[in-house]
Amino acid sequence: MGGRATDMVLLDENGIRCDGRRIDEPRSISIKAGVLKNADGSAYIEFGDNKILAGVYGPRDIHPKHMSDADTGILRCRYHMEPFSVTERKNPAPSRREIEISKVIKEALAPAVMLERFPRTVVDVYIEILQADGGSRCAALDAASVALADAGIPMRDMVSACAAGKVADTIVLDINNEEDQAGQADMPIGYMPNLNRITLLQLDGVMSLDEYKQCIETGIRGCKLVYEIQKKALMEKYFDGEAER
Amino acid sequence: MTVFTTMDELKKSRIHQLLDDGQRVDGRGFDEHRSIVIETGAIPKANGSARVRLGDTEVVCGVKIQPDRPFPDVGDRGIFICTAELLPLSHPTVETGPPNESVIELARVVDRGIRESHMIDLSQLVIKRDVSVVGVFADNVAVDYDGNLFDACSYAATSAVLSARMPRWEYGEDGPVLQEGDASLPTTTVPVSVTMAKIGNHIVVDPNSDEWDCMDARITITTDSNRDICAIQKGGKNGFTLDELVACGETAVKSADAIRRTLEAAAKQ
Repeated sequence: MGGRATDMVLLDENGIRCDGRRIDEPRSISIKAGVLKNADGSAYIEFGDNKILAGVYGPRDIHPKHMSDADTGILRCRYHMEPFSVTERKNPAPSRREIEISKVIKEALAPAVMLERFPRTVVDVYIEILQADGGSRCAALDAASVALADAGIPMRDMVSACAAGKVADTIVLDINNEEDQAGQADMPIGYMPNLNRITLLQLDGVMSLDEYKQCIETGIRGCKLVYEIQKKALMEKYFDGEAER
Repeated sequence: MTVFTTMDELKKSRIHQLLDDGQRVDGRGFDEHRSIVIETGAIPKANGSARVRLGDTEVVCGVKIQPDRPFPDVGDRGIFICTAELLPLSHPTVETGPPNESVIELARVVDRGIRESHMIDLSQLVIKRDVSVVGVFADNVAVDYDGNLFDACSYAATSAVLSARMPRWEYGEDGPVLQEGDASLPTTTVPVSVTMAKIGNHIVVDPNSDEWDCMDARITITTDSNRDICAIQKGGKNGFTLDELVACGETAVKSADAIRRTLEAAAKQ
């Protein structure tokens, strides 16, 4: 969060942001469940300009074998950006950033998945960022959660994610790319809406203790909006869509 | 560090039992960190250095300061990079080879805490705009492991940066030329990282390795000298409630004051 000098007006006097949104308004979000033939579960999300595919395989046998756990199944997660997903071509090899994001997404999903029912197996979650915009880890987590549900894997709750942040000394919902570059703080949040647990939380940027609390509350409101869209995606595949199939 | 044996299971249930009775396995209070011992200037060949013991976790950090090319989009800023490595002599389970995801996360979280606090004023580290800048590299190595490397590495890097002496360069005919004299690094604030573990329904500050192995979730909150929060990382395979997170924020701000004084005092050794 450089808070880099910019000519852009991030928040005008009417409380309108650089992309025309109000401070509590998320970007447009659409999710489709079951978009891949081979994966046991899958989802495609468009979250602002993010375009992300998530595919789930498992529970299945683990390779390498030594990773297997006799008491529980394990979760593996790969967050990967395509070379063409960003302005400058990205090296296709996993970067340290992608490895860290893979880990935090895995840990955000783990509390929701009933892995203990499938000892000695693995559930693999593959997330491919086809086009990246600000907040790609939250969008990736949203898609992964729908893909896990689509795979029929028993879950305690969905995991819904949305970022909040600080722009022009104001707490706003769902930071976009410009706000991420030029704003003051970015806080991605992952949340289980029925169990009321925060399973992903990161922050970069400076804020007071009061702003911190306000920022989490704002992010949770965003997560609840996303949750409705996730449910709708699953309803569309498993109920409304039945007649045409 | 995640191979569970019968002994580990017994230890884990004992830790839970003690916490339910309001006690920790090593006798500390829930919001009490272990003793912090800092020796700055431990590595004279580095421009700044610190050897930090946080209980029985020990980290050595060396700061090297040298001219470098700026990043293409920010030619008016110097470079700060902080790394962390877990050495094989630090614990029987650590192996040589490329860093695993936990070590990568550790290095990135320690770097982020210091970077996001804007501790070093990078705009003062320009030798020639867009051509040559000063690079500050803080490399942490963990030599002994007893949990909570996040805070130990953060304290080591911060102390090493605070105590570092920066050489002077002027841009000559075809590159930076070393001058006489040196100065402190231009610092604006002292970031302090406070890591807390959630074990059952309890939250404890600065978990040792026994607590680390049986925690449900953890959170690292870094605050600056204004008592503002500048970086957060949640980890572990479980979640926090909003109330727990608010309490963690307050604890991090409160605990950081004394630690910040310790870091500042150590830099003046």
